[in-house]
Amino acid sequence: MTNSPLTPGIAAARLDPATIQANFADHIPAFDAHEARVAADRCYFCHDAPCMTACPTSIDIPLFIRQIATGTPDAAARTILAQNIMGGMCARVCPTETLCEEVCVREVAEGKPVEIGRLQRFATDGLMAKGVHPFTRAAPTGKRVAVVGAGPAGLSAAHRLAMKGHEVTVFERKAKLGGLNEYGLAAYKTTEDFAAREIDWLLQIGGITVKTGVTLGVDVTLAGLEADYDAVFLGIGLAGVNALNAPGEALSGVMNAVDFIAGLRQADLATVAVGRDVVVIGGGMTAVDAAVQSKLLGAENVTMVYRGPKERMSASLYEQEHATSAGVKIIYGAAPVRMIGQGKVEGVEFTKGGESFTLKADQVFKAIGQALEGAPIAQEGKKLAKRAGKVWAGGDCASGGEDLTVTAVAEGRDAAEEIHAVLMGAVR
Amino acid sequence: MANLSSDFIGIKSPNPFWLASAPPTDKAYNVERAYEAGWGGVVWKTLGSEGPPVVNVSGPRYGAIWGADRRLLGLNNIELITDRPLQVNLDEIKMVKRKWRDRALVISLMVPCDEESWKDILHRIEDTEADGVELNFGCPHGMAERGMGSAVGQVPEYIEMVTRWVKKHSRMPCIVKLTPNISDIRKPAEAAHRGGADAVSLINTINSITSVDLDLFAPQPTIDGKGTHGGYCGPAVKPIALNMVAEIARNPLTRGLPISGIGGVTTWRDAAEFLALGAGNVQVCTAAMTYGFKVVQEMISGLSEYLDDKGIALSDLVGRATPNVTDWQFLNLNYVTKAQINQDDCIKCGRCYAACEDTSHQAIAMSPDRTFTVKDEECVACNLCVNVCPVDNCITMVEMPKGATDPRTGRQVGDYANWTTHPNNPSVAAE
Ligand SMILES: Cc1cc2nc3c(=O)[nH]c(=O)nc-3n(C[C@H](O)[C@H](O)[C@H](O)COP(=O)(O)OP(=O)(O)OC[C@H]3O[C@@H](n4cnc5c(N)ncnc54)[C@H](O)[C@@H]3O)c2cc1C
Ligand SMILES: Cc1cc2nc3c(=O)[nH]c(=O)nc-3n(C[C@H](O)[C@H](O)[C@H](O)COP(=O)(O)O)c2cc1C
Ligand code: SF4
Ligand code: SF4
Ligand code: SF4
Repeated sequence: MTNSPLTPGIAAARLDPATIQANFADHIPAFDAHEARVAADRCYFCHDAPCMTACPTSIDIPLFIRQIATGTPDAAARTILAQNIMGGMCARVCPTETLCEEVCVREVAEGKPVEIGRLQRFATDGLMAKGVHPFTRAAPTGKRVAVVGAGPAGLSAAHRLAMKGHEVTVFERKAKLGGLNEYGLAAYKTTEDFAAREIDWLLQIGGITVKTGVTLGVDVTLAGLEADYDAVFLGIGLAGVNALNAPGEALSGVMNAVDFIAGLRQADLATVAVGRDVVVIGGGMTAVDAAVQSKLLGAENVTMVYRGPKERMSASLYEQEHATSAGVKIIYGAAPVRMIGQGKVEGVEFTKGGESFTLKADQVFKAIGQALEGAPIAQEGKKLAKRAGKVWAGGDCASGGEDLTVTAVAEGRDAAEEIHAVLMGAVR
Repeated sequence: MANLSSDFIGIKSPNPFWLASAPPTDKAYNVERAYEAGWGGVVWKTLGSEGPPVVNVSGPRYGAIWGADRRLLGLNNIELITDRPLQVNLDEIKMVKRKWRDRALVISLMVPCDEESWKDILHRIEDTEADGVELNFGCPHGMAERGMGSAVGQVPEYIEMVTRWVKKHSRMPCIVKLTPNISDIRKPAEAAHRGGADAVSLINTINSITSVDLDLFAPQPTIDGKGTHGGYCGPAVKPIALNMVAEIARNPLTRGLPISGIGGVTTWRDAAEFLALGAGNVQVCTAAMTYGFKVVQEMISGLSEYLDDKGIALSDLVGRATPNVTDWQFLNLNYVTKAQINQDDCIKCGRCYAACEDTSHQAIAMSPDRTFTVKDEECVACNLCVNVCPVDNCITMVEMPKGATDPRTGRQVGDYANWTTHPNNPSVAAE
């Protein structure tokens, strides 16, 4: 090994490959059958269950947990997937601590919720491992729908539309499907190529034609799609990144956290270069993921700097603790003033409560939020309206809801249901 | 999804899960919500004769026992039959049946033990278009003191007599509901069969006192310092009910008599077990009272998945285990198994050791590093360790192949042979 955490500058292989591999292993390992049984036994089968209300896709949590408890995990998987076709990915990446598990009555009673996410993974993994796709298509309707963007929103919409008997064509500008499932989420949350495996499984429904390398606005136009299809769903996510607007942003070594993460997700981790002193600016999930993964790759010092106070940070307390326990230092209430350096970055100056301080840095990740890049239809605030004539939008690009995988799945599904109702003449 | 539709003595329902006659079926509001949740049928809460309705206590009517995590295992009640006016019930039954044609609706009845009373009530319910009647010869408290319920169910001659009256005065399919508070369940079933019953249902609740208030020195539930025995039901009674169902199913005198299985059905698996032992459908009370009507959805998905996995139809399941219920004397005494501990699953709690070492056959060894292994030369295959181990399937009973030598007895595992031919059997030696 030539490099170490102390190697100056931006370098790959700061740790030996085995250590890197271990660092990126399944973050919350899968339950075995015994663990699942014990965890499922804790569920009270609540009436009008708060967990179910908190789930953006309204999975019938008490029912699926009872199905696990009674030894029918495949039935549990069907209960989950009927509401959320990406129940497998959501089980891995949902911030359950702010969703279902936060309101679980056993969290309230004992500070220890039923482990809903892990139980969900137990059920869905089991069914997927059998290669079973539990849904079939309704009779063909003769209607054709275009879906733009193959992230969780687009794929969820495509699946539901195909299931209803429509012919679906998905246009995706990248080479691979999945959106941030493939290019965004932390590597240790979705190991062993799960994103791609789940999509292969999802497409088994049939009736979905996929066209990658096609960009809306470049290769096809919305007007063209509207002319060729009976309806269009836009699930184009947030392709733009908010700028810091601080001097020195152009220095080498300063980059968008999402680009670092996208590169990392596609690369052999042993070849991913990272700084010795890494500074991450931002307070969301992206910031946490960039910081933690830098640390796991062997950066010596990783500091996350967030403008606001701890409670306002959009990454949950659980995630903040996850970061600090990985060795990330978090500074709250400090705003970046400028990047320091000649050609390449050497440090960042911040101001906190009127005082300024400088952090040494050979790599700086900007993670202060993503934004819509171009608006093919009318906007509602900073995002797209949910519907404009025969065009629907859902997921991160659309107004309403949190920017989460599970919300994208829910919005894709709901738009598909609405499109179906309109195409079949049930509503306008 | 397997087809779960059920035909029980000509009464059709979309699935074999019915709600038993009890509070969940006491009124239209409940029954309609139960149907909405997916229940295939209901037996309406027992109706009594015309006249002022019975009166329930206004203090607590239930007692319970719990397992770990306060999971309700057994429920005890001192509730009587419906306390709502007869006509109100009849009007609601008629309205509900009209609205829910595809669901089963059976009326439970309990009136005094004379022909006129039965003739009268049967006449009154005719107009409801209900699918059948269930004769409540089961409730063990309150009504029994008035010569009804289990007071009838404990006397086979009365059962036969009343069943005959019912068949004489009504064209409706007739189910006789049996009390378990009797020493031989076959006798009342035979009587019902003789009387012309189309089916029997069992079990009603078991006489019980769930607990005693140690400050008031009174049984619970306690009504103003006093308590009385109630009827016990819920998961705890399932083994008793299963045995009674099997006894009737394999009794030559009642073989083929349809059975509606009741008692502790809580999951799809419980239901499947009743069906396998010969029940044509199941009825549920406590599980619905504990978890709400929605609990049926797990029963439906689970039974359907099970039938799909097995590749059999619902009707193939009914009675499939009955031929395998036998008498002790016919069990194979040359069948030898040994407990085996899967060391990967073992969490080293030592419960198997305590059980076997202290109370059984000293057949489990414990090493200084807490590795637990079975001593085949001591293991009599009693299954106690399996039952006390907290990890499902960690200890299994492994069958020894024929011809192998049992290290405990030094004998070879031989062919089937039972007690009736065993040399130690005095009646064999006498021949
Ligand atoms: C680093 C990071 C970590 C995250 N971690 C979590 C997490 O742990 N848990 C969680 O719930 N959420 C997390 N999120 C948020 C989550 O990933 C998003 O909310 C979710 O992916 C949104 O789904 P989407 O389908 O709307 O958009 P995306 O996943 O962004 O997919 C949009 C797709 O559209 C394509 N596209 C865009 N423009 C065009 C065009 N013009 N033509 C054709 N195709 C186009 C894109 O290439 C992409 O494939 C994270 C986000 C990031 C950035
Ligand atoms: C509160 C309560 C009231 C009951 N009332 C009746 C009744 O009116 N008529 C009847 O036939 N059985 C009655 N039962 C008995 C049930 O129908 C059923 O036979 C018994 O509870 C066993 O089933 P379970 O273990 O599923 O509860 C009652 C049970 C309970 C708990
Ligand atoms: S809130 Fe918790 S205990 Fe209640 S149903 Fe949901 S997971 Fe089960
Ligand atoms: S369950 Fe309802 S009726 Fe019964 S004691 Fe509680 S609140 Fe009262
Ligand atoms: S009871 Fe089960 S888990 Fe405990 S020591 Fe014995 S085999 Fe192991």
